[in-house]
Amino acid sequence: MKAGSFEWHPARSADEAVALLAEYAPQDGRVIAGGQSLVPSMALRLAFPSHLIDINGVEEFARVRVDGNELVIGACVRHAAFHVPVEPGPLGRLMVQVVHDIAHFPIRQRGTFCGSLANADPASEWCLLAATLGARMVAKSVRGTRVIPAADWFQGIMTTALAEDELLAEVRLPLLPEGSRAGFYEFSRRAGDYALAMALVTWRDQGGAMQDVRIGAGAVEVQPRRLAKAEAVLEGRPRGTAAIDDAAAAASAAVDPLEDFHTSADYRRDLVGTAVRRAFAQAGS
Amino acid sequence: MAQKMAITLDVNGTEHEIRVEPRKTLSDALRGDCGLTGTNVGCEHGVCGACTVLLDGVPVRSCLMFAVQAQGKALRTVEGLSTGGKLHALQQAFTDNHALQCGFCTSGFLMLAAGTLEQQPDIDDESLREVLSSNLCRCTGYQNILRAVRQVRDAGKEGAR
Ligand SMILES: Cc1cc2nc3c(=O)[nH]c(=O)nc-3n(C[C@H](O)[C@H](O)[C@H](O)COP(=O)(O)OP(=O)(O)OC[C@H]3O[C@@H](n4cnc5c(N)ncnc54)[C@H](O)[C@@H]3O)c2cc1C
Ligand code: FES
Ligand code: FES
Repeated sequence: MKAGSFEWHPARSADEAVALLAEYAPQDGRVIAGGQSLVPSMALRLAFPSHLIDINGVEEFARVRVDGNELVIGACVRHAAFHVPVEPGPLGRLMVQVVHDIAHFPIRQRGTFCGSLANADPASEWCLLAATLGARMVAKSVRGTRVIPAADWFQGIMTTALAEDELLAEVRLPLLPEGSRAGFYEFSRRAGDYALAMALVTWRDQGGAMQDVRIGAGAVEVQPRRLAKAEAVLEGRPRGTAAIDDAAAAASAAVDPLEDFHTSADYRRDLVGTAVRRAFAQAGS
Repeated sequence: MAQKMAITLDVNGTEHEIRVEPRKTLSDALRGDCGLTGTNVGCEHGVCGACTVLLDGVPVRSCLMFAVQAQGKALRTVEGLSTGGKLHALQQAFTDNHALQCGFCTSGFLMLAAGTLEQQPDIDDESLREVLSSNLCRCTGYQNILRAVRQVRDAGKEGAR
């Protein structure tokens, strides 16, 4: 199908973009970044905005940089930017691995990291990364700038803490300390499909025991989140098959899975445990 | 209905001055306004890849962009592949390897492969499989498409135009 009618407002600077958003958000206006979620939903007439504020021409949004111990990702940084490490540490390497499961190569050339966070699909890989590592979202509007932690950002299926006149200007991801270990696994039916379940894990090996364990699950509940009960199973324990199996069982027990026509809650619950085990295995020995 | 806008699209080195509503996708503008019907439109929501074109050298889904967004960009479509009546190496390899039957997906696959080989002439088999998994073909079963693209990569004819 064809998209409904709208007026197009290309912005050239961040200030111009938020000014346009302030003006048009009350008239059913919204941001277009990569368009890789918005344009399909317009074509399917699930979305029919009257105004689009186009941020593709805003040069300052195209930057990714390290600031202190954070990786700062601007609003127009494409998924494809992460095909190579954007920083030399464990986070850069983890992101290379994760990005390959996001849609397909041509879609990754347009779609943006921040667009994924704003879209907040329960099955978004970047949302899982942001939730697991504890990203900070920087929201900008003509009223000012505020920083929203991941714990407050996700508010259900495709719902975030962003107000309608706010633009997600950048996402700040904490760098993983040198020596951190990280693994990611997702299950989907075909290459490029949205995941049915995925897990992302990070930890440090400290004198033979696992420390700072983080276990995040995505595509399972209405939003990605850390599974504290599964993390607690591993904290301070040596890494081994039995310990990981216990954590996987705790992860399965902890979730309240979404159901759909093809995927029952029990199946998803089972898949979460598998995803956790495979994420640890994928991180290597 | 929103006002039509006068825009210029640079397609295969030729400027096309057209008037379009902002809601017109790049794929529809290429076909309907520039008269370049080689780019096919299948699903219109990003799944099939039939509409793949090169935007500043990079393969993108032309159904997931609006034409107004492509101003100032260098676009390439399947019509720009052959030169002086001579097929592009990929077009020849698709023919030689029986990599098409109905041909509906072919222009998309050709542009996907052309953009990929130009950027990564030494791309390994696994990465090539991943890239080519972006598009759907309902006829040939993919192996012949992979074979054709590998042949061109191995012959080092990338970017030969
Ligand atoms: C076939 C297909 C398969 C896909 N598979 C996956 C997949 O496996 N995993 C996955 O994660 N994604 C997948 N996607 C979606 C893709 O990753 C999108 O790029 C992403 O979800 C949205 O980013 P975007 O830049 O394209 O945003 P857009 O489509 O431009 O915008 C999406 C929404 O976010 C809002 N928005 C965007 N940027 C901002 C901003 N900076 N501030 C405020 N609001 C903003 C828009 O207003 C809109 O509501 C797929 C897409 C397709 C077409
Ligand atoms: S028509 Fe564009 S992806 Fe199917
Ligand atoms: S040749 Fe018919 S769809 Fe590919």
